[in-house]
This record gives sequence, structure tokens and C-alpha cells, in this order.
Amino acid sequence: MEFMQLLLSGLANGCVYGLVALGFVLIYKATEAVNFAQGDFMMLGAFVMLGLVNPQYMGMNFWLAVPIALLIMGALGYLLDLTVLRHMFGQNQTAIVILTIALGFVIRFVTGAIWGHEPVNLHSPLALGDIRAFGVVLSLADIAVIIVTVIMTMLLWQFFQRTKLGLAMQAASQNQMAAYYMGIPVKRVQGAVWALAGMVACVAGILYASKGSLDISAGFIGIKAFAAAVIGGFGSLPGALMGGLIVGVIEPFAARYLPPGYSQIAPYALLILVLIFRPHGLFAQVRTKKV
Amino acid sequence: MSLLELNNVTLKFGGVTAVNDLTMSVEEGQVYALVGPNGAGKSTVFNMISRFYRPAAGSITFDGHDLLKLKSHEVPQLGIARTFQNIELFDRATVLQNLLVGRHRLRRTTLVEEMFFVGRARAQEREHRLAVEEVIDFLDLQPYRNQMIAGLPYGVRKVVELARALSTKPRLLLLDEPASGLSVEETQDMRWWIDDIRRQMGITVLMVEHDMGLVSKVCDRVLALDGGKKLAEGTPAEVQSHPKVIEAYLGTGAISKTANAKGERV
Amino acid sequence: MRFHFKTDYDHDIRLFPDWWNFSLYAALLAVMVALPFVISSFYLGEVTNVLIWAIAGLGLMMLTGQTGQVSLGHSAFMAMGCYTCVILMEAGVPFVAAFVLCGIITGVIGALIAIPALKLHGVYLAIATLALAILADDIIVILSPWTGGVNGKFAPDLMIFGYEINRWVNPGAWYYMALVVVLVVTLIYRNILRSPLGRAFAAVRDSEISAQAMGVDIARTKTMAFGISCAITGLGGALMGLFAGAFNNETFNFLLAIQLLMMIVIGGLGFIHGAFLGAIVVAFLPQGLSILTDQMGRGFNIPGLEMGVFGLLLIAFIIFEPHGLYGRWLKLRIWLELFPFARRDLFRRQKSYLKTERLR
Repeated sequence: MEFMQLLLSGLANGCVYGLVALGFVLIYKATEAVNFAQGDFMMLGAFVMLGLVNPQYMGMNFWLAVPIALLIMGALGYLLDLTVLRHMFGQNQTAIVILTIALGFVIRFVTGAIWGHEPVNLHSPLALGDIRAFGVVLSLADIAVIIVTVIMTMLLWQFFQRTKLGLAMQAASQNQMAAYYMGIPVKRVQGAVWALAGMVACVAGILYASKGSLDISAGFIGIKAFAAAVIGGFGSLPGALMGGLIVGVIEPFAARYLPPGYSQIAPYALLILVLIFRPHGLFAQVRTKKV
Repeated sequence: MSLLELNNVTLKFGGVTAVNDLTMSVEEGQVYALVGPNGAGKSTVFNMISRFYRPAAGSITFDGHDLLKLKSHEVPQLGIARTFQNIELFDRATVLQNLLVGRHRLRRTTLVEEMFFVGRARAQEREHRLAVEEVIDFLDLQPYRNQMIAGLPYGVRKVVELARALSTKPRLLLLDEPASGLSVEETQDMRWWIDDIRRQMGITVLMVEHDMGLVSKVCDRVLALDGGKKLAEGTPAEVQSHPKVIEAYLGTGAISKTANAKGERV
Repeated sequence: MRFHFKTDYDHDIRLFPDWWNFSLYAALLAVMVALPFVISSFYLGEVTNVLIWAIAGLGLMMLTGQTGQVSLGHSAFMAMGCYTCVILMEAGVPFVAAFVLCGIITGVIGALIAIPALKLHGVYLAIATLALAILADDIIVILSPWTGGVNGKFAPDLMIFGYEINRWVNPGAWYYMALVVVLVVTLIYRNILRSPLGRAFAAVRDSEISAQAMGVDIARTKTMAFGISCAITGLGGALMGLFAGAFNNETFNFLLAIQLLMMIVIGGLGFIHGAFLGAIVVAFLPQGLSILTDQMGRGFNIPGLEMGVFGLLLIAFIIFEPHGLYGRWLKLRIWLELFPFARRDLFRRQKSYLKTERLR
């Protein structure tokens, strides 16, 4: 039973990592950039939701607030692209990596200035009940996280495979100039992707905040989500989710069975092993550049 | 024994056979050209000699050394230098620095000597610069020697690539489309340079080129490829009049220099 | 405008292109040497801090600016340098020897760590090194018997040939020590740049394919770059720990590595001057901000303000001046030299498009 309990709580955590990792992969697939600020996006999304819902701020109905928060984060993602990232158009990845790291610092600072630095709790209807079955205790929030994550992943995956916009996004990332010539509005497509990534981050943030307390350092789970995205293979949406689940499940087991001090190492050790032996992730095919 | 020999070389990409059972040999002192339509496998041959690709079958030897046993960076040590079809220079360095990289294979200093610039370091630098300046003089690059590559026009970059390859003091020079994208005057210069490289420096040249005008003026031997297979080999005149070549490469029309002199790029 | 008439090959090899240039740097050195007699010991400490950051920055610059490999993990090597130096000193090795040895050991370990990372490019390398920086914290705790774990360590007394160097007793001596290290490191850096190895670094940065075709061994060159870079950064870390007086597992956390990277970007990637300009910004930004908030009243303290402003600065630089402060200075200088003939779009950046190397 203990095994099941660890597994389930690991899966629920893993889903949050997976959702943040989805954000990375989305942006990577569509713009070839890596958004190191995705974790901070998630944190910001959670705080926006908190600002809408909690009684000391606006005190809105939770379900009413969800679409509003999504819209705000989507708009923010689009605006960020418009004001900052569009200037980086065609620049190399390294510059964008450094830029998004800086962006993360700015987001953390702004959030701290608005909502303070103390841990707070989101008033979420998901945060209330527990379900006990077969000797396993599962919170409602955990179940919601798992369900929402699976649905989101499927939707996004289908979006990239099937819809015109999704295909345009992929084309735009692989060869910007050619995509231009084929009549794809590359810049607008990029804006759309950042908006989408903002929304995904918002969903992840709401779920994260429903599971426990929230403070501005929550964004650092972005680093674990990163590990998840790499383990799953950076270009693959289902891979990102799988990577998230792997990292999520490893953590509670390592904490339970490894001596203290070693348990935090586990996800990063796995990340480094994957990078050394399967640099393009567990679920991706490797191809090299042609001369 | 020939300088460069390819024996029954085959290379496949997935299901596509890029080079099929190719045998060729380049003699010391020759200027040898590979011609053929786009996708015929000409650059692939170069990339196999540079060891970027590994052939599935066959052997490649240079002066008796088995090239297939070497890694890419060991090939230049034998005296093989090359240029690239889509110019691959070091963009954020000056012309002079680019050429000095060409001297890298002749490095004799250790890390400690370089860190403190003692011992052989200074003498070696002087030697490198002397050699590089000779190449700069030879190719008339003086006006550009301290300029960044990033700001140079296409034609000049093409010459810098040639200069960088020459700086390595090669025995065999591989030129991948030396005249593509060049103006008529620049192509003319390139022709004199290739002549001089062979005559004055005694360097063997193997080149891929579409410009039949240039090929027939500077080359001793030509090999026509199509679909990875050898169509014909011989003097430029022989190859140009070979019926298979006319059919596959030049089409059924008349052989005209102008038709191919437009300098197409892949 | 000065013209250089080159009459022999040493002109290109020399450290200073002409007398004017040489005298500028000589004057700068004279000012630096005179500094302890001019400014208070508080500001002398700040300048020492700048020098220490500059050393660590030069280390990362060698890797990121010269060889084009991003590292978000250099805090780990700063920690390694610092712990190695102090552990050696505690084992009875004299300070000077321990200091040099800690650089060498950190360099060798850095080069060894680089070997599995050789295949990684761009973002993947950034992530791997970031993981390394995060792991360093835990590893220091695991190695508690040697490192003191969360309780940390205190820097032992520094003795150079029987002369004690103490930050509080004689700050001038500490400053001179840092200055000497800076000078030696800068000299080594310059020497490498004018040698085949430095050009091989640039070759790897700009085109791995043609570097190979010129006979540059990519794996070896990258390993060397990592080794030298880690060694220099290790020296910077050792000085930083010794200057702080006490340190533990959290002193060298991954944020430090990120700050170091931001620093060299703001200063100007690929320029030695960039490391120094960046270090000045990093060291004086907190001072500047606290003076500013003091003037805004009640001396209130906004947590995260420093990093927030730093982030904004960095974003501005990447967008408007990717070559950093030093790049801006170079443009200004060219503009002044050409005055009044500078054209408006003299420095316009070429439009670039990104083409992926991945096929899926």
C-alpha cells in the first residue's frame, strides 16, 4: 500500500512537472527557443488566479476566475512576445536562453512586489476533499491534476498533428525563411505560441496552487520540469509528460528509500545520465545535420 | 601509385544510394574535376574524403594511408585541405585569424608554452604569420586582412576560404565549387589561381565544378557522375563529347559553355 | 585616428598594438596601484570584490565568449576551487601553493567533467551544467566530513612568505593580492588568444565542421576550453570564499552561476574588457540600488530588487546591444573617430533567420 501511495502522489506531482514541461516543448517546437522562464510563468499564473479568487483580493468565484486567469496569462504571453521576444527573431538559442533566464528574475521580482514574499494558499474547491480507497489516500486536487494533465497533453498533441496552425508552428520553427516564403506569418504564429504557453503555464499554476501553499520561489520547479522535458526528449509533447511523470515518481521513492542527502540528487542524476547516454531524450529519434 | 585512390566506394543515406561503386584515382600534380548534375554525389565524395561520412563499402587511400582509419581532424594532418560549397568560415574572426587557423595542424607548442608565451611560442607565431602573409600576397587579400568575415562580400569570402585551405600547406586541395556565385572577372581570377597553385606550389587539386568553361581550361582529367555512378572519365574534351554525358548531364541539346557558365548554386 | 604601419610580424603578435595603447594601460595600472592610498578601506573592499568577480568572469568568458559553449554551472567550479584551496591549506600546504594547486585541480576536474558533455550543444549543454550547479550544493552536504556541510568552513589566515594578509587589518594587501592574480590571469588569457589554441577556440565557436577540416580536434579543444575556464573560475571562487571569510554549501548556489553568465553578457561576450565591465556592474549595482532606495526614503529594502533590476538590464542589453557594454564603447569610439562622417546605419545588424538543425 505504501508503494501505491508513493506512486500516486508521485504521479500527481509529475503531472505538474509534465504541464510545465509541455510549455517548454510547445515553445521549443514552434520557435526553436527554450523558455527558461516557464516555471516562473507557472508561478505568475498561480498568483494571478490567487489575486482573482482569494477574498483579500477580488474574491471571485473559482470557476468564473479560471477562464479570466487563462485569458490574462495568454495575453501576457502574447505581449511578452510582442515587446521582448520578437526582437530576438532569428538570433541564436544561447541569447534567448540568457534572455528568458533574465525574464524569470523580472517576473519573480514583480510578483514579489505585488503579492508579497510570504507563502499563501489559493482558495480552491479542489483543495478540500480527500478520497480513501483500498488503503490509499488521494486528495481531490491530485486526481484533478492527473485528469487535466492527460486531457491537456492529448489536446495539444492533436493540435500540433492535425490543425493548420499547429503545422504552421512546426514549419515556422524549422526554417523561418522558407516558412515566410510559403506564406506563413511567422511572427504572428510565434505570438500565438507564447500566448498558448502562457495559458498552459496558468493551468499548471492553478493545479500547483491547489495542491499546497504557494510562494514566489515556486518557479524553481521549472528546473525539475526542465529535467522532465529533456528526459522525455525536447521535441515531443507526450515525451514531456512521460518525463514529468518519471521525475515525479522518482522523487518520493528516492526520498523514502535513499539515505537523506541523496534523495534530492536523484532527478538531476537521471537528467545527467540521460544527457550523456541519450542526449535527445528517451523518446526521440536522433538525426544529425547534413554538411 | 596514385596520390588519392577510391576503390569501389559506396555510400547510402537510408534507402538512397548517394555514391555507387565509385572507383577513381588522382595522380600527383593533376587538376582533377568531378562534374555532374545536382545530387549526383559530388560533394558526398568530398565529405567521405574529409571523413564526415563513412562509406558503407570500399576503400579510400591517400599516399598509401588508409583514410577510413582516421577521424575528420586527422585527415588534414596528411596534407589534405578543402573548401566548402556553402562557405564555412569563422565569422566572428578576422581574415588573418581565419588563415592562422589553417596553420593549426602545424602547431608544435604545448599548453604551458602558449599560456606564458615562452619557449617556441613566439618563434612559431612568426613562422605562421610569415607563411600566412605569403598566401595573402598570392591571393591579393591585403585590403581585407584585418576585417571580420561577417562583413565581407561573397566573392571575397570565397577567396578567403581558398586562402585558408592553402595556409594548411596541403598536398591535395579539395575545392567544392570554387567558382559558384562568382562574377566573370572573379571566375577568371580563380582560374589563374588554380593554375598557379598547381604550377608554382605543386599542389594536386580535386574540384567539383559546374562551370564547364572553367573545367575545360584548368583541368587535366574530368570524371562525370550521375546518380552516384561514374558515367565517363577522361580529358575535358573527351568527357564533354561522351554520348552518355551529353544525354544525362547536358541534356540532348548542344554542348555550349555558356549554358553552364551561369554559375548555378545548389 | 591612428594608423598602424606594420614593418614586421611582431606587430601582430604584440600585446599592445602601439605606444599610445600601451601607455593607456600603463596609466590604468598606475591608478590601480595607487588606489589604496586614495580611497577608503570600504571602497577598496568593493574594488577588490570587482577584481574577484572579474577573475571568475574571465574564466567563464574563455568558455562562453571564446569557445561558444554556454555554462550555467560555473558556480560548482567556484565552489570546487574554494573548498580545494581551504582544505589544502588546512592540510598544511602554504597558501600560495594551495592557491595555484586549487586552480590546477579544478581545471583538471572541469576537463574530466567536460568529456561526457562534449556531444551536447547549446541548450542541452546549458541544462546539463545547470544540473551540475544544483547538484554541487547536495554534494557539498554529502561530503560533510571534508567540507563541513551546512555548517560551512572559515577561511584560514592567509600567509604569503610570512606576511599575513587580512582583509580587516590590511585591506591594501588583500587588494594587491587580487590585483596580481587579475594581472596574471589576464596575461594568460591574452597569451592564449594569440596562440594556436585561442584560434582553435574561435574556430570551434564559429564552425565546428570547418574547424575539423582544418585539423582542429573538436573534442580535445572543448576539453581544453573547459579545463582552462574551470581553472580560472576556480581561482576566482577561492578568492571569493577567502574574501568572504566564511562559506558553506549555499554560498556558491546556482544563482551565482547565472549571475556570472549575465555579468559577462552585460559586459560584452568575447572581450576581456567585457569581463571587467560586467564585474563593475555586478559589484556596484547593489550599492547603487541601496543608495537609490535610501533617497526614496526610509531606507526600505525590497527583496529581489537587485536581481529584478539585473534581469531588466540584461534584457535591455540583449535586445539593444548584444555586444554588451564593451561593444557599445567600441561603436562610440568608431563614431568619434569618424566624426562627423559616421552614417546612421553604420552598425545596423544584418537580418538573420533561424534554420534548425533538427529534422523533426
